[in-house]
Amino acid sequence: MAIDKETIKHVAHLARIDLQPNELDKLSANLQDILGFIDKLSSLDVEKVSPTSHILPISNVLREDEPRTSLTPEKALENAPSKKGSFFSVPKVIE
Amino acid sequence: MELNQLTAHELLEKLKSKEICSRTILLSLSQRIEKTDPKVKAYVRNQGPVKFAPQDEAFGELNGLPVTIKDNICTSGLNTECCSKILRGFRPPYDATVIDKLKKAGAQIFPLKANMDEFAFGSSTENSFFGPTANPWKLDCVPGGSSGGSAAAVASDEAIWALGSDTGGSIRQPASFCGVVGLKPTYGRVSRYGLIAFASSLDQIGPLTKDVEDSALLCGLISGYDPQDSTSINQSVPDYTKSLTGDIKGLKIGIPKEYFVEGLDPEVKSVIEEAIDKLKSLGAVIKQVSLPHTEYAVPVYYIIATAEASSNLARFDGVQYGYRAQADNLLQMYKETRAEGFGQEAKRRILLGTFALSHGYYDAYYLRALKVRSLIKQDFDRVFQEFDCIVAPTSPTAAFKIGERTEDPLKMYLSDIYTISVNLAGIPAISVPCGFTKQGLPVGLQIMAKPFDEEMLFKTAYAYEQNTDWHKIKPKL
Repeated sequence: MAIDKETIKHVAHLARIDLQPNELDKLSANLQDILGFIDKLSSLDVEKVSPTSHILPISNVLREDEPRTSLTPEKALENAPSKKGSFFSVPKVIE
Repeated sequence: MELNQLTAHELLEKLKSKEICSRTILLSLSQRIEKTDPKVKAYVRNQGPVKFAPQDEAFGELNGLPVTIKDNICTSGLNTECCSKILRGFRPPYDATVIDKLKKAGAQIFPLKANMDEFAFGSSTENSFFGPTANPWKLDCVPGGSSGGSAAAVASDEAIWALGSDTGGSIRQPASFCGVVGLKPTYGRVSRYGLIAFASSLDQIGPLTKDVEDSALLCGLISGYDPQDSTSINQSVPDYTKSLTGDIKGLKIGIPKEYFVEGLDPEVKSVIEEAIDKLKSLGAVIKQVSLPHTEYAVPVYYIIATAEASSNLARFDGVQYGYRAQADNLLQMYKETRAEGFGQEAKRRILLGTFALSHGYYDAYYLRALKVRSLIKQDFDRVFQEFDCIVAPTSPTAAFKIGERTEDPLKMYLSDIYTISVNLAGIPAISVPCGFTKQGLPVGLQIMAKPFDEEMLFKTAYAYEQNTDWHKIKPKL
């Protein structure tokens, strides 16, 4: 499977990362190598194998819906790069 | 012998009899750090003399004994940055469950955190925003990774013991490179609450220690069900120190032939073969076994781990914590924050994972990888029907030179070839020192067991350790 620069640009947009032109070249080459190696998997017949997304035989772990204390707004905002009142503040979204 | 050179269980004896107090241990560590850490660089954000919180009353099982913590485990009020620029200045408002458990047992959380590859992405600790850690045995070599800071700190007596995390070998491989004991517990044995997530279906926290007894002790302290982590398992935690009997007569040990193929360094191979002979002389029954899907483990891992990482790292967007780039609009703020905040390897893995999950590629990559993961797990299930444990090298080589593999990510990924399958199968494994190369670099022996059979690991590792002296040899710094 070949991965071209346009695909990488698209994936970088999906991942919300701005790439510099020199980074784009290097990462394209790296990912091309890695995907070439990963292609090894296509030689296996896995049609009848079920996927393992989770190793333990547990599913749908639920808990009682009971109120409990959580972080105070002050505590939750302690690490915020920018805040206003009891909110995280970000650049304008709507003009 | 200085206090910092002792094991935790030796120090606990002295604390119990009031021969020493925890303050003297901290002083001994801080003097050692001042002397050797400028060379080793196991700790990050080290601003000269280590400052300690005023001494609380020593209490509990640990009586104030210090524990060193990897920089990706949340410690309340103490910087936890995953050695990434994007988490610059992050002080968690809460403790990870393992930290909470250790504090309740009377531990002091060491005020400096251990170096690591950014977000645990790496096998050499060279991907740290703060720069690499050196291998205490040979300063121009890597300590392994990603828990390289934890391993190097323990090996150089800058820590009594430490916690690391293991997603594809990140505890065992640095333990092997630095000549210490490293344990990855069964997936679900230790709570991941407060461990900054890399790949949620693979990550486990575990101990790096000077000997097997300390490993058993620390594993017991951090294990157990946690309602805050819905993947932790509600199963009682045995007293692991009871497995330290030294008796492995009649134990059935499998040696996987796929781990002794091309790529295994001949020197490492002969050291491992000697260790296997030792186990045989102690009464274990050794037989060759097969784990036929071993060669697919690395490709499967680099799809699953990067897919999970790309999703987990979406939260680092400059809004709630850490670094934020200045930009006029929100989308550009996200993109520039992530461009400036993540290092090269983090970007590489996020892009690979995003690609593997993206429309049109999901079935060919991610779904296929999940299916091959089942095959890898079935290989282990089959062997464990007949065998008590599996023994193999931890890594195909001893520590490599700093800079040697940074330009070739694929070559770096292959240094985890013997550790990755364990995470994919969710089983526990331990690495114990088993000798040295001619250059004087340590080699680790890996022991793997069935899920929730950590006792088997401690039993086998302890029997081996008690009949060898490798763990007593220290690097000259």
